[in-house]
Amino acid sequence: MTTTPLLELRGINKSFGAVHVLHDVDFAVYPGQVTALVGDNGAGKSTLVKTIAGIYSADTGQRYFEGEPVDIHGPRDAADLGIEVVYQDLALCDNLDIVENMFLGRELMKGPQLDEATMEARARETLASLSVRTVKSVRQSVASLSGGQRQTVAIAKSVLWNSKVVLLDEPTAALGVAQTRQVLDLVRRLADQGLGVVLISHNMVDVFEVADRITTLYLGRVAADVATKDVTNTQVVELITAGRSGDLGLASV
Amino acid sequence: MTTSSTGTQPAQNVGSGLADSDFAIDARQTTTLGEAWQAYLNRLRGGDMGALPATLGLVVLFVVFGSLSDTFLTALNIANLITQAGAICVLAMALIPVLLLGDIDLSAGVAGAVGAAVAALAIDDHGLPWYVAVVGALVVGMVLGAFIGALVAKLGIPSFVVTLAFFLALQGVLLKMIGQGGSVRVADPVLRGITIKNVPVTVGWIVAVAVVVLFAALALLRHRAQVRRGLAHQPLSLIVVKIAGLAVVVLGLTALLNVDRSRNPNFPIQGVPYVLLVVGALLVLFTFLLSRTRYGRHVYAVGGNREAARRAGINVDRIRISVFVICTSTAAISGIIAASYAGKVSPSSGGGNTLLYAVGAAVIGGTSLFGGKGKARDGVIGGVVIATIANGLGLLNQASWINYVVTGGVLLLAASVDALSRRRRSASGVS
Ligand SMILES: Nc1ncnc2c1ncn2[C@@H]1O[C@H](COP(=O)(O)OP(=O)(O)OP(=O)(O)O)[C@@H](O)[C@H]1O
Ligand SMILES: [Mg+2]
Repeated sequence: MTTTPLLELRGINKSFGAVHVLHDVDFAVYPGQVTALVGDNGAGKSTLVKTIAGIYSADTGQRYFEGEPVDIHGPRDAADLGIEVVYQDLALCDNLDIVENMFLGRELMKGPQLDEATMEARARETLASLSVRTVKSVRQSVASLSGGQRQTVAIAKSVLWNSKVVLLDEPTAALGVAQTRQVLDLVRRLADQGLGVVLISHNMVDVFEVADRITTLYLGRVAADVATKDVTNTQVVELITAGRSGDLGLASV
Repeated sequence: MTTSSTGTQPAQNVGSGLADSDFAIDARQTTTLGEAWQAYLNRLRGGDMGALPATLGLVVLFVVFGSLSDTFLTALNIANLITQAGAICVLAMALIPVLLLGDIDLSAGVAGAVGAAVAALAIDDHGLPWYVAVVGALVVGMVLGAFIGALVAKLGIPSFVVTLAFFLALQGVLLKMIGQGGSVRVADPVLRGITIKNVPVTVGWIVAVAVVVLFAALALLRHRAQVRRGLAHQPLSLIVVKIAGLAVVVLGLTALLNVDRSRNPNFPIQGVPYVLLVVGALLVLFTFLLSRTRYGRHVYAVGGNREAARRAGINVDRIRISVFVICTSTAAISGIIAASYAGKVSPSSGGGNTLLYAVGAAVIGGTSLFGGKGKARDGVIGGVVIATIANGLGLLNQASWINYVVTGGVLLLAASVDALSRRRRSASGVS
């Protein structure tokens, strides 16, 4: 790979108390590419995403953004760099409406007041572009939405900002056929616009359809980081379940 | 930290032209008053009761007391009721931000009395002007609040425990400041005047008309901007109804209070009690803070889902500390109003049931103790309900045990409404 990664992590370790979840993880996100992050349940995918987002601090390891070493101490730092995350456990406030959730933490202001009008218009534009069919009103409280609608709001929130890296943790898990299609198209389109996109998914068909690279995690270690065109579905499944496949993967498991 | 500003501006192009714009069908307005009424009924059925139960309760109380007592609806008694309700309304409002986070402040009543004692002593013992004394009380409130908030947010002690400790300890502080069996009198004409003096009649009218005109202008301008930009908005007719409602209440109350209510023709009493202006100003301030500012939005977010707020980059600890600062300093204002009404601060001021009544008022007004749901006006409406019960039963010469029982019953009723509407909401999928 000759281009500099947009975002790169080297030697990341993360423990929760005595549980060592991430072991010396190296991970890179390239501009204009979709990187799929795959692994079994509990492999550490969500933990890795939250470490990137600044929700967890890594025990050791270094992060680079556009080649420069950076410190990410909190979600704010990540957002300031242009890193957006759609969390698996959706981070929405039930008591706020769709617009309020989409702009949470980055509200637009008009003097001392919230600029509700502009926020509502922007939110509506973004949702419209995602072909949200079933939401009655953007001023509806998030609690009244279905699981898939909530997912769509979370995704819309992440594309609302001029971000450089978008990480989506199982964004299609709760979606119907049409919405899944929309999200996969969106993932591809974001990458084509030059963003670095990370897609976490258990669906190999989706992964092979949109991903340029596949990084497999096995018990908190990176088993392989390969170009999609160089591997087969079977190989990836073996990497996920056993950590190795032929000469790919971890040396001794 | 290396920052680039790209992440902080909303994208305009990322989503555009992605797909056909199905979202354009979303509802932006309810076109007629009838539809708006229907939508409101649906919200009620869905369990979103808002201020309705408390307002209905207040109407019932007024009808009952008005028919049982000849004096209840007189201008004199309404003015009394307003001065009686002042302190509890302000204390309940002070609690709203804390309750929005799902926390509680049991010490606010006593902390308010400590603030009032500081103000009274500053005037009596040190001859300081009233405004310096009030600033002193506010500062004491802020410091106490910051201390409480830090213990809750940074050490993670439940607010119930921290503020229970402060409730006990501050009663000791108050006793030490004032002395056993003693009291500090509040004789300063301005502070005492909050509850015993009235706004001159013409000034009262000017303020009342200004409030109505300002509210109408802001509501209509907002509506026009929403229509122009194609945003969600209420029908114009509903806005007109709201303006008319506010005008009736504000102008009606002013008219009632501006007639001479004295029993002695030689000493006319007329005008709006100053305390009403204080409560009104605080209501506007709190409403603006909670519903129109970034800070207020973050308070609701932290109360609704703390983890989501944290992930959105909100400094959760700072919000948690700040609500206690707001609560305790506003409680000091409530303490000063109470001291103004009593004419003194005594070691028992702010103790007893004071705080629990205020929590009850907030709940009666519609604020949830589970956090995330509530408005500044809840404190005022609930405070008026509680004051009305005490006032009305007092006029009927009922023994005070009945007052306690009725107030308890009303609170239980309000809590049941909250719990039932909560169940309704979860059944209908609304939080
Ligand atoms: N906050 C936490 N405290 C302690 N252990 C945790 C915590 N979060 C995750 N873990 C542990 O870390 C491991 C990895 O969890 P993680 O959520 O990252 O898995 P995942 O790859 O996202 O799995 P899934 O596909 O099920 O979403 C699991 O063993 C989990 O129990
Ligand atoms: Mg996960």
